[in-house]
Amino acid sequence: MNTLTKSEAPISSTQQPRPVLEVVEVTIRYGEKPAINKVSLSIPQHRITAIIGPSGCGKSTLLRAFNRMNDFIPNVKMEGQILYMGSDIYVREVDPVEVRRRIGMVFQKPNPFPKSIFQNVAWGPSINGFTRNLEARVEQSLRRAALWEEVNDRLHESALALSGGQQQRLCIARALAMEPDVILMDEPCSALDPVSTARIEDLMFELKERYTIVIVTHNMQQAARVSNLTAFLENGSLVEFGETDQVFTRPRNKRTEEYVTGRFG
Amino acid sequence: MPQASTAKSLQAGASTRKYRTREELIRFVLFLCAFLSVLTTLSIIAILAWEAYSFFREVGVFDFLAGTRWTPLLEPRSFGVLPLVAGTLQIVVGASLIAIPVGLASAIYLAEFASSQVRRVLKPVLEILAGIPTVVYGYFALTFVTPLIAGIFPSTQIFNAASASIVVGIMVLPMTASLCDDALRAVPESLRQGAFALGATQFEVTLRVVLPAALSGVMASFVLAASRAIGETMAVTLAAGATPRMTLDPLQSIQTMTAYIVQVSLGDTPVGTVEYQTIFAVAALLFTITLGMNIIAQRVLARFREVYE
Ligand SMILES: Nc1ncnc2c1ncn2[C@@H]1O[C@H](COP(=O)(O)OP(=O)(O)OP(=O)(O)O)[C@@H](O)[C@H]1O
Ligand SMILES: [Mg+2]
Repeated sequence: MNTLTKSEAPISSTQQPRPVLEVVEVTIRYGEKPAINKVSLSIPQHRITAIIGPSGCGKSTLLRAFNRMNDFIPNVKMEGQILYMGSDIYVREVDPVEVRRRIGMVFQKPNPFPKSIFQNVAWGPSINGFTRNLEARVEQSLRRAALWEEVNDRLHESALALSGGQQQRLCIARALAMEPDVILMDEPCSALDPVSTARIEDLMFELKERYTIVIVTHNMQQAARVSNLTAFLENGSLVEFGETDQVFTRPRNKRTEEYVTGRFG
Repeated sequence: MPQASTAKSLQAGASTRKYRTREELIRFVLFLCAFLSVLTTLSIIAILAWEAYSFFREVGVFDFLAGTRWTPLLEPRSFGVLPLVAGTLQIVVGASLIAIPVGLASAIYLAEFASSQVRRVLKPVLEILAGIPTVVYGYFALTFVTPLIAGIFPSTQIFNAASASIVVGIMVLPMTASLCDDALRAVPESLRQGAFALGATQFEVTLRVVLPAALSGVMASFVLAASRAIGETMAVTLAAGATPRMTLDPLQSIQTMTAYIVQVSLGDTPVGTVEYQTIFAVAALLFTITLGMNIIAQRVLARFREVYE
């Protein structure tokens, strides 16, 4: 696994799967008030980590920090470090474009390009110069996103003709085609019906064999069903972070308990 | 008793009736305005058609459309309109060569690269530039652009197509840029975010997602720019000259369809003569070309829309 800079920090060996992303004392502000306040946590490889918390607590802000999507929002200031494979992705030498090639993202609302299904999936690889075996790569990505069977006979039709759930799986396939290490998902099912949601949850189970997944969700059941670890944020602070089982059944913090049992507010 | 009182309140009182009459009146006035504007347009087309018809009783349609000599006011008279069409085309092509690439590039800069502060200043400036009276451009061409060209190419005539093309290009540039900018900004932010998240650079996002998604709007602005250049009158009358001529040399004097219409309208050609009716024939042709362009453009746009929306 190559890293982003030459000045490579030694990867600390832990007992658990090694951390792919480490958040160290991160504070993020839009203007003055911190949206994320001194948060530290580490995301292990080939696991699904869920980030939960009430609306406005900073989940999306934290998630976007992982692949430097906050760079596009004016007046965002960040303190602290985010390490990917041990190296800080916010130092000057790191190209944010390179970070985003390794750490893909799926958004809340499906946002396929107004192009054909094939072109959508091929888009990432082709701008990055992978033009050989593009067909094979597109097929593989669509298969991994559990969409191939539904679209293989109409690859060259517009992606916008797909249903919402299919579009979201197409966006997942589009992210997979880049062969990223990490996939960030910001409420990927919130615009979908229960059947599509179930399909995407099944898909996440399969994907974690190869990828590290971080998912933001408002849906407690979803977090409990799909994730291995759960982080609970409130008002920009990390209240609790641990194995999902433990967070949901034996939460250490009173606030966490109130939130996961729905007695929140 | 509640039912009875409800029924009563629903009956129209005197004041309600007055209010209804006023509504009707307003509706009628508005209808009249709409009707008048349609009627005006239709009567202009009718007059154009009638006068053109009178013209074509004297001059053959084929002689008019395919003739390469336009000397309706001089003996021996000849009514071949192609030199005027060629002159117009030269201006349109020349102006488009400037307005389309520069306008698109400015729009891309404005929509995708400029900070919001820069944008806040530049966008209104574009709109102000679009409002400069066209006669100003004509003088600008004569007094500034032509001497500049003549400095480089000594064979340049005082009135020439190049100078007029350049100022017409500059004239339609703000409109082109502003319309392209609108089209680019209409592309949802979520598409840009999606592309950035795939490790695309700003350039890749612009050229390979935003621009294709905005293509129909961008093409529409190009067509509008071209049709404004076709209809442009003042600058070409002042700067391009009054010499109907089939030439590819942009340094020579030419005449456009619009400039010819101005020339005859301002001259002392007697009303009702064939010479006078030429302007209606030329105007009818101008109208047909513009109409045809708009129809073609709409077809093209409809096709793009099918693919992209
Ligand atoms: N672009 C922005 N400019 C200014 N403030 C912002 C911006 N985006 C988010 N914020 C603020 O930062 C805080 C955290 O927002 P964030 O979107 O991360 O919350 P969230 O937990 O994802 O909420 P939700 O569950 O509603 O999506 C909120 O108080 C929000 O108002
Ligand atoms: Mg959010």
